[in-house]
Amino acid sequence: MIEVKDVYYTFPNGFEALKGVSMTIRDGEFIAIMGQNGAGKTTLVKHFNGLLKPSKGDVIVDGVTTRETSVAKLARNVGFVFQNPDHQLFCESVEEEIAFGLRNFGFEEALTKRRVEWALNLLDLVEYRRTSPFLLSGGERKRVALASVLAWDPKTVVLDEPTIGQDHQQKEKLRQFIVQLNSQGKTVVVVTHDIEFVAESNPRVVLMSGGKIVADGIAKEILTDEQVVARASIVPPQITQIFLQLADLGLPTNVIDVYDASSILREYMEAHLK
Amino acid sequence: MSVFSGFQFRKATTPIHNLDPRIKFILVIVIFAVAIMFIELPVLIVLFLGQLPIVFVAKVQREWIRSMRGASFLASLIFVTNLAFSYIYSSYHFTPSLFESAIALTMRFIVLVESFSIFFLTTSPDHLGLALEQSHVPFEFCFAFTTAVRFVPVLAEEAQTIMDAQKARGLELEKGNFMRRIRNYIPILIPLIVSAIRRSLELAEAMESRAWGAIKKRTNLYELRMRKGDYVLLILTFAVLVAAVYVRLYVHVPSLSGLLRL
Repeated sequence: MIEVKDVYYTFPNGFEALKGVSMTIRDGEFIAIMGQNGAGKTTLVKHFNGLLKPSKGDVIVDGVTTRETSVAKLARNVGFVFQNPDHQLFCESVEEEIAFGLRNFGFEEALTKRRVEWALNLLDLVEYRRTSPFLLSGGERKRVALASVLAWDPKTVVLDEPTIGQDHQQKEKLRQFIVQLNSQGKTVVVVTHDIEFVAESNPRVVLMSGGKIVADGIAKEILTDEQVVARASIVPPQITQIFLQLADLGLPTNVIDVYDASSILREYMEAHLK
Repeated sequence: MSVFSGFQFRKATTPIHNLDPRIKFILVIVIFAVAIMFIELPVLIVLFLGQLPIVFVAKVQREWIRSMRGASFLASLIFVTNLAFSYIYSSYHFTPSLFESAIALTMRFIVLVESFSIFFLTTSPDHLGLALEQSHVPFEFCFAFTTAVRFVPVLAEEAQTIMDAQKARGLELEKGNFMRRIRNYIPILIPLIVSAIRRSLELAEAMESRAWGAIKKRTNLYELRMRKGDYVLLILTFAVLVAAVYVRLYVHVPSLSGLLRL
């Protein structure tokens, strides 16, 4: 469980990025943190593994305040996958890259081998095990970065902008993978701009704007509330936009899922066109 | 990274910022030369104090102090080695003059850092590039120079992100003995170097697609022109140089301990 208690954060250059943020992340939750650029999303999640320490307030991870705990210790339980895989890949082979974190956390060699094998299989990277990460494509590098964090099996995984620069197929694969991780009991926190990506997975949504949380609830309610969404400078999912415009037909407006939408429309047509 | 910010230009309009960068550079060279000419502590102290008004007029005290703090480690190293070696060299006789010469050598270093810090804090990279161009340095070199200066903060920020990313994978930079600590930086340096190379290739492509170097003779929207303040500074600078040379050749400069005994 991660508890954020009235956290303020000011950067050394004087910019106040967080202005009194409070939230609780329970074990096994799937949360999407959304909001425009500079809303403080990344600043907030960097508090979860102690990369940033609050200027005021407290962040408590599993009962321990992040103030007095090192990043290395917190990272064992809170894995963080950065936006750009090029900021972390440096080893000669994919295998080595995945083992790096495990060695830092002091895993035994035999266990490290097993975990690397597991992670290679999980992200479909077995054939690249001896390839240099620098020779892989963008999507593959992203998978290596993800594997290198999941390998040590952290309780919580934070993903910063996981969908940026990926084609639709890759994105859909990633989405299913994240949903699967979550259903296996991992707490997943995703920072993203990609509203369709969020709409399709229906997580808890935390909307941020100007260093504050402006809305917090299930995706279906948050993303279909025009006023709330506008305050965070987000456009509702396209399906929702259609239903908002069809409101005068007496159709529900809180629809974000394509399958829900088609069954609602089917029912409506069957009732009215006969 | 805070050492960098002790040299990083921030836009402002003060009389010092508005001076011609060429003249400011001549001033730096003259201070450099004078600091090398003298080993007597009183002169170096005068050089150090003489630059302080510039710092205050330019309102860069905070950044300047940061650069001084950045230099303090090297300065103390210079002091200790000089004191130790001159102590050994004078066959283990400790005299106040040993102490004074060690301080003087440290002071010389501090004066040099001080003048460079002031120069870079008050001169925009663009002006610097202009100054180089108008001094008939080939444009390729000017461009390379300004680009390098321009990318220092970008790289510093990138290094910070990479450090965060590796710390999140359990890397502890401060762990282990001296050699181990140096090795700890490999996971930071490799992504940083790779991305710098990649960035430079991208920059080269972007430049070519914008027809870089298509015209041999370039014109500039802005031109540096000498103003009254610039001439005054130039004359002052030469006066300092002439005075320094005169004192060096014809006047005996007392040591600080000598001065204090009077």
